[in-house]
Amino acid sequence: MEYFLQQLINGLSLGAIYGLIAIGYTMVYGIIGMINFAHGEIYMIGAFVALITFLAIGSLGITWVPLALLVMLVASMLFTAVYGWTVERIAYRPLRSSPRLAPLISAIGMSIFLQNYVQILQGARSKPLQPILPGNLTLMDGAVSVSYVRLATIIITIALMYGFTQLITRTSLGRAQRACEQDKKMASLLGVNVDRVISLTFVMGAALAAVAGMMVLLIYGVIDFYIGFLAGVKAFTAAVLGGIGSLPGAMLGGVVIGLIEAFWSGYMGSEWKDVATFTILVLVLIFRPTGLLGRPEIEKV
Amino acid sequence: MLKVSGVHTFYGAIEALKGVDIEIGAGEIVSLIGANGAGKSTLLMTICGSPRARMGRITFEGQDITQMPTYELVRLGIAQSPEGRRIFPRMSVLENLQMGSITAKPGSFANELERVLTLFPRLKERISQRAGTMSGGEQQMLAIGRALMSQPRLLLLDEPSLGLAPLVVKQIFQAVKDINREQKMTVFMVEQNAFHALKLAHRGYVMVNGKVTMSGTGAELLANEEVRSAYLEGGH
Ligand SMILES: Nc1ncnc2c1ncn2[C@@H]1O[C@H](COP(=O)(O)OP(=O)(O)OP(=O)(O)O)[C@@H](O)[C@H]1O
Ligand SMILES: [Mg+2]
Repeated sequence: MEYFLQQLINGLSLGAIYGLIAIGYTMVYGIIGMINFAHGEIYMIGAFVALITFLAIGSLGITWVPLALLVMLVASMLFTAVYGWTVERIAYRPLRSSPRLAPLISAIGMSIFLQNYVQILQGARSKPLQPILPGNLTLMDGAVSVSYVRLATIIITIALMYGFTQLITRTSLGRAQRACEQDKKMASLLGVNVDRVISLTFVMGAALAAVAGMMVLLIYGVIDFYIGFLAGVKAFTAAVLGGIGSLPGAMLGGVVIGLIEAFWSGYMGSEWKDVATFTILVLVLIFRPTGLLGRPEIEKV
Repeated sequence: MLKVSGVHTFYGAIEALKGVDIEIGAGEIVSLIGANGAGKSTLLMTICGSPRARMGRITFEGQDITQMPTYELVRLGIAQSPEGRRIFPRMSVLENLQMGSITAKPGSFANELERVLTLFPRLKERISQRAGTMSGGEQQMLAIGRALMSQPRLLLLDEPSLGLAPLVVKQIFQAVKDINREQKMTVFMVEQNAFHALKLAHRGYVMVNGKVTMSGTGAELLANEEVRSAYLEGGH
């Protein structure tokens, strides 16, 4: 029972991270119908910005942990958002009316470029970070211990997802985004600057990925220029599993994959965990081709 | 108010508008009739810059709008209920109407909503329904209502009567008439239903194969032999 709870919490925090990254995939897919292959790298950059910010504010003598974490979070989200914006400008916008293969290739190129760019600037070796938020919360007389970082990850993710859902469902920006997903030409006839909305979508996705990057940095205490690849693949899988284009789907898909990984590693050993994840993905897609929460098309248009 | 001069529009190599001249005065209702594929919808969309005119000039209240981004036109006071309605199917009726008012003055939303819902009481009953699940006629009312939400000075309507029952068609045309009279809104309307459209309009244009071939008052066109045989045959 204790062991189960322990894996549950590990799985939830991992799933929160995948979910945060998956939102970027699913929103960009929703609005331009393409997979942003550079999104994993955006997450990796988020982790690096957080690390660099920590070192920078450390040298400024700021040592109060809550403040340090807040500055890291804000800096990481801001800088990473700029990268997200730039990726759209360079790799997608000029190719908006080209055949679909063209932006796909430019995005893969962008992904390779960003990896190399970080490798050159930061080196190929992995970068460690001292534990900033050490300590555990122990439950059930010490049988279950949850690190504060994982707990914080889960709480921050829930808060962000809540805020984000409100933004998409209740604000005029969210409405404009959904309108662009459904009919860009009509949206522009009504006064929506579609290019701006697409830019903002990349910016939001990047900012959420940055949070995921920072959380991974804090949980594992080590990052390298290559972490974007596997995390990107997993989060993309989460988006497809949940139903690509669906926001709640991305969150659910992330959590499901996080849980599968944690329980598989916990009970079967970590060797085959990726195989388990992808097997579940294939099974779900066989029985529900639109993913767990993907919408079947029923409207008459 | 609106002046289209010598406009040519292309889809790739296909020339859909071959030098169109049209002028619409403030406060008028003007109808455009023509056979399928004549270029009527293309003209309405070209006025809104999508597709863009390759040659010619479009001015709105003296201002050249030929190259203006589509999303800015509604701020100038041009709204369109386009061909095929193009409501947002996965949004509620209310959200669709909200999309119509993104350029409206802040604070005017409640009034405008009230006005549109009085015009189309059907929308009021369906206010939180997903727009994509509404009937064709209801969707048409929504598309017109959404265009009205921006309080335009020029309303472009592409086949507002398409697929509607005769009674509803009558209501829609009555609504157009009321809006024009009470709010002094200028209306430029494309219609298959030539009889009703010309009867309602102050003036009309006939388009054939990407060119305007005839124009005149609604009554003149209704009385014209050519118009009668080409567009009014078989009664109304
Ligand atoms: N997106 C497009 N790509 C290529 N050709 C197009 C496109 N849209 C319209 N056309 C062509 O342009 C011409 C004019 O079309 P348009 O839709 O303006 O006609 P219309 O007068 O509105 O006809 P209808 O009464 O059937 O609505 C047609 O020959 C049509 O095939
Ligand atoms: Mg048409």
